[in-house]
Amino acid sequence: MTNRFDTLFARLRDEDRPALVTYIMGGDPDFDTSVEIMAALPGAGADIIELGMPFSDPMADGPAIQAAGQRALSGGQTLARTLDMVRRFRRADTETPIVLMGYYNPIYIHGVDRFLADAGEAGLDGLIVVDLPPEMDGELCLPALDAGISFIRLATPTTDDRRLPTVLANTSGFVYYVSMTGITGSAIADTGAVGQAVSRIKAHTPLPVCVGFGVKTAEQARTIGRDADGVVVGTAIVQAIVNSLDDEERATPDTVAAVGTLVGGLAAGVRGARLEAAE
Amino acid sequence: MNTIAQPNSFRTGPDEQGMFGIFGGRFVAETLMPLILDLQEKWDAAKADPAFLAELDELGRHYTGRPSPLYFAERLTAHLGGARIYFKRDELNHTGSHKINNCLGQILLARRMGKTRIIAETGAGQHGVASATVCARFGFPCHIYMGATDIERQAPNVFRMKLLGAEVTPVTSGHGTLKDAMNEALRDWVTNVDSTYYIIGTAAGPHPYPEMVRDFQSVIGREAREQLMQAEGRLPDLLVAAVGGGSNAIGLFHPFLDEKDVAMVGVEAGGKGLDTDEHCASLTAGRPGVLHGNRTYLLQDGDGQIEEGHSISAGLDYPGIGPEHSWLKESGRVEYVPATDDEALEAFQLLSRIEGIIPALEPSHALAEVVKRAPKMGRDRIIVMNLCGRGDKDVFAVGKRLGFDL
Repeated sequence: MTNRFDTLFARLRDEDRPALVTYIMGGDPDFDTSVEIMAALPGAGADIIELGMPFSDPMADGPAIQAAGQRALSGGQTLARTLDMVRRFRRADTETPIVLMGYYNPIYIHGVDRFLADAGEAGLDGLIVVDLPPEMDGELCLPALDAGISFIRLATPTTDDRRLPTVLANTSGFVYYVSMTGITGSAIADTGAVGQAVSRIKAHTPLPVCVGFGVKTAEQARTIGRDADGVVVGTAIVQAIVNSLDDEERATPDTVAAVGTLVGGLAAGVRGARLEAAE
Repeated sequence: MNTIAQPNSFRTGPDEQGMFGIFGGRFVAETLMPLILDLQEKWDAAKADPAFLAELDELGRHYTGRPSPLYFAERLTAHLGGARIYFKRDELNHTGSHKINNCLGQILLARRMGKTRIIAETGAGQHGVASATVCARFGFPCHIYMGATDIERQAPNVFRMKLLGAEVTPVTSGHGTLKDAMNEALRDWVTNVDSTYYIIGTAAGPHPYPEMVRDFQSVIGREAREQLMQAEGRLPDLLVAAVGGGSNAIGLFHPFLDEKDVAMVGVEAGGKGLDTDEHCASLTAGRPGVLHGNRTYLLQDGDGQIEEGHSISAGLDYPGIGPEHSWLKESGRVEYVPATDDEALEAFQLLSRIEGIIPALEPSHALAEVVKRAPKMGRDRIIVMNLCGRGDKDVFAVGKRLGFDL
């Protein structure tokens, strides 16, 4: 079955450049602004959108994304409204893959079958659920694959060669390599080690490998994009939103543009990745 | 209540996936999974190793002061005029609560695994103190995460931890209570996974923690059983224990679970009452969900967002519960009821006056249930209550609440 991921990565192979994967928190800083930001991402250069599902207890996230989730929840964001954002986006854009990223409990409470039906109808492509390792695949991963929604797994520096096949077994869409042990938004330690890790994973799977956690600048995106099939940027975008807010954490006329400017720079970074490497 | 098939034994869980029925499991980030699997392997080896068990037993006797007495509360029994009341006095343990039983077990395991740094979360500070204590005893650097709100209401324990050489990090995210401290400890763990062992304080978290903590705490029930056989020549009719995360309760209950004639009741923090938003009765008022590595009963809203609990006792102020308790509730083996802040405060004062024992606020909740039940039971009946912590840490908070100028 051809899906939006396959189509995208085939095109990027022709263009010889990595994908820019952008993360925003659904409903941050408020629902309407978040819808506008999401709609503007592809035009600014994003190839894949990761849309965060806010959760009260984001155990794998650093302070920036924790705060983004709190802003979203304070504004009344729910899983149903996050799915509604996917639905609205799809009316204007039928190509950009959308991945929902978050934690399991809101999905579990929504009901797995109902969630997958709603997500499929809304036009969702993939899921990243941080607290569902392969050992818990019966919960959501296998039903999602049956429903035609990719389950994108995180591989980490602690995922050794013995464990890698387990992690890759039911993964589809792409593999998300977490560049370090830690929470979102920490500083990336060693871009050279990232290249080696990507090669190691690619020896085990034909799937594209995207790298995230700690990528903040166009320069880092360019460096990592030499080896990776995609570069994920999250905290830096969330931070750009924060920097544009007023004193009461409300959106300003600059908010959507601020994200566009940052993403534009990052997009230029990933587009330069292979050119520079070829020099 | 759901009716599920009655198992032949209530003592065989969890299964290989770490499940007690639908509860438990390993809901953690991939970064932690290899470590969790390694922990399970090392734990399986340790619990079958006579040298490990002998060292734990030796430390229990000479460091903790085990066995803790089983004390017949003669005056309280006469005062309530019903069942004979015994207290399993784990409040007399070194560090003042049952928490040390678990910490000693886990620090020995951390040493076996070659870890060099310990982290822990704490609510009331009892687990933090116990963790800091075993780290001092075994020479490990110790890092404690504690909610900023709890730091304020449990100042004496914060000082104790620092005195013992631990670093205490205030957690301001969320409401600054136990659940937020646990989130922060998990963030530390995922960052420092190679060097760090996480001593979880209650019988919750990803498998194998619920099983492991239960097994370390089951010394309470094993001793109580033997001691009561000596004192009365028979098993108790009723066991009562407070449940926050549920480690002291599962420690008392587990060795008796297959004794059909022994009834058990776990007492949750009813806060200002279950008709208000300010309580922490996950089993009575919550529903199953996934948090902190396991599926269990949780206080949450209709969107699956976790709610803050409230209790006068910082140690019960957790919106979840160990997964085995969720299973014991659904199977009908154990009954769970709430006790309010006011009922616990009254029980706290009653025991102080009538037996000369100042209990912690956590077991004061259990005592409130004993006060309700004992008079309705015959004088030939026997209740064993887990007096799992002493009240020294609580006298300032209780004094303030009762209008005493300290």
